[in-house]
Amino acid sequence: MRRPSLRVLSIATIAAFCVSLSLVFFYAPIEAEEGFLQKIFYLHVPLAIVTLCGFVIGGLCAIAHLRTRDQRWDLRSYVAIHMSLIFGVAVLITGSIWARGSWGHWWVWSEPTLVSFLIIMLLYATYQPLRFAIEDPERQARYASVFAITAGAFVPMNFLAVRLSASYLHPRVLGSSSNLPAPMALTFLVSLAAVALLFATLCTYELAAKRTRILLKARSRILGYQS
Amino acid sequence: MRDIEVQTANGRTVEDIVAAVELDGLTRNYGERAALDDVTLKLDAAQTLVVFGPNGAGKTTLLRVLATLLRPHAGKVTVLGAEFPDDAWQVRGRIGLLGHDPLLYRELTARENLRYHARLHDIDDELVERQLAAVSMTSRAEEPVRTLSRGMVQRVAVARATLHDPELLLLDEPYANLDPAAIELVEPLIGPSSGCTRVLSSHDPGRGLAESDLVLGLRAGRVALLADATGVSTNAVAELYR
Amino acid sequence: MSAPGKTSPHAAMSQDVHARPGRSAHAPTGTAKVVRALLRKELLVELRTLESIPGMSLFAVTTFVVFHFALNQDTVSGQEAAGILWVTLLFAAMLGVNRLFVADADQGGFDGFLLAPVDRTALLIAKAIALLAYLLVLELIAVPAFGLLLLGPPLGQALPGLLAPLALGDIGVAAIGTLVAALAVRTRARDLLGPLLALPLLVPIVIGCARASAPLFYATRVGGDGNPPLRWLGTLALYDLVFGLIAYAVFDFLLED
Repeated sequence: MRRPSLRVLSIATIAAFCVSLSLVFFYAPIEAEEGFLQKIFYLHVPLAIVTLCGFVIGGLCAIAHLRTRDQRWDLRSYVAIHMSLIFGVAVLITGSIWARGSWGHWWVWSEPTLVSFLIIMLLYATYQPLRFAIEDPERQARYASVFAITAGAFVPMNFLAVRLSASYLHPRVLGSSSNLPAPMALTFLVSLAAVALLFATLCTYELAAKRTRILLKARSRILGYQS
Repeated sequence: MRDIEVQTANGRTVEDIVAAVELDGLTRNYGERAALDDVTLKLDAAQTLVVFGPNGAGKTTLLRVLATLLRPHAGKVTVLGAEFPDDAWQVRGRIGLLGHDPLLYRELTARENLRYHARLHDIDDELVERQLAAVSMTSRAEEPVRTLSRGMVQRVAVARATLHDPELLLLDEPYANLDPAAIELVEPLIGPSSGCTRVLSSHDPGRGLAESDLVLGLRAGRVALLADATGVSTNAVAELYR
Repeated sequence: MSAPGKTSPHAAMSQDVHARPGRSAHAPTGTAKVVRALLRKELLVELRTLESIPGMSLFAVTTFVVFHFALNQDTVSGQEAAGILWVTLLFAAMLGVNRLFVADADQGGFDGFLLAPVDRTALLIAKAIALLAYLLVLELIAVPAFGLLLLGPPLGQALPGLLAPLALGDIGVAAIGTLVAALAVRTRARDLLGPLLALPLLVPIVIGCARASAPLFYATRVGGDGNPPLRWLGTLALYDLVFGLIAYAVFDFLLED
């Protein structure tokens, strides 16, 4: 079957998380400056990367939708963005916890990634209100795709602009994620894989649920029931 | 492609002989509901098709699909030789739509509105004046549309719809808001004597049947009646509304 | 085309319409012509209704007054001044964005345009130019008002350097504002969705403009040659380009059905 099997994905995700968590708690060294709290980095940054990829994937699916007029691409775009929104909230929460632990404030403006995320989330938060404000389903899908493409292009540009605006006098709170020593790098990569698998699994679940609901509606209509 | 027009013996051109409108299984959905479901018909050039049906039957949707404003979701639509939606852009300038909305800006005058449409169609301003004269609106042409009565607005709308001399007229209940004198006035522009191919939606069986060559009855988006006008009685039309 | 034996006004007209030399009667109208026609219509409607420009300008001036009371300061300078100016201009621009397509949506203008044999992107171009024009008039009123009411250092000194950020910022707001306005106008909550969509998208422009103009608003030159730093102008220009192209690419999909 072309579509990844739900069972395989779920098992892979659970396995990856087990490995990742073991590495985080038992293998990765405790960071000198920030202490134990730094370990949230292994959750926060993979979540951020996966969320941003999710938004961009949503934009790419939207392009496919506009070019092929196939509603299935719109469904994929919707699920990707929807899931990224949820993951994005987790990014903001974990980022806030980390900032509080390292810097003493629940929010810091001097961390460009976090600030960019806030702006992006504010933008994508309008995605669902936009969809629900359009009644015609075909037009709703089309307008949502236009939005997804515009917002998807906005993600990298926003990061660029905010990073430029960050004051270089302030040391970055959350530290750079490059130049990691080997044990940390390994733990990071495994965590990244685990979060990515989680995203893929949850998206596949949601897609399957939505497809089933659509099939059910179509069948009941043919049989003459009210949907 | 259209620069050379071959004239046949009785004055009709080659394009006239090709069907003006050909629908084959046209379907247009609105979500899960079908606004138009498997509509098939063929309308020859210079003929009139009248569409009857209760509200919500799909009459306006059909007209808007033919006007290139709505894409067909399934089936084949060929209008004036162009297949929709890919070639729709080729025939836009040859179609005139007169819908429920006059498509006029209320703050602009009749003349300004018509000039705007003329420029969109790359037509000279003097034709605007002739259109205004044809609908007897020259004296009121300098007043904002919002000051005009419904009947006058409809007359200006007729002028707008026929400004670019279209070959195919799509008329959605065109005689509503017009008194008998006005109807007579616009007849040369949008009536049978205009010589255009016409698709006309109507709630008036008597008038509709008298003006048409082909009759289409729609119910819930489906074809309930399709016949030559000569074989259809007003009773048959009334059946559609039951 | 007329029925045999009866001449209609159209018979005479069809000869004229089809007999123009050197032009196929049904070729699409040239885009420049269409943009001109749209602009003419747009400006005529705005002059008659005066819906956008007075509202935007009045809003800006009133906001400056509100800022005076909110900050409890007689004058502002530096980054603070830049921030107040750009935020006010941005929110005033939102008023214009909200009104941009309303007349067309309500009075059937979209259909009228869509029925014409034209390239639909001309509407984007014409509306963006119109919005740009409204913004320029807004700034002609708001910037001097700002200099008068709130700005500490003399405006004349800052003005030459201010022109580039204003121009680049205006272009960005015009491109994104037009796209967002078209997106929002045919939805149920059009007045709300417009600004909600536009403001995050315009944050980079605010960053660029505010940071570029902050050095201009000091009484004594803080350093540099009085020109806004190139880095910000470059970012603004890049942003304008990217979103101009995106708006151009996706706009058609908003109009068709």
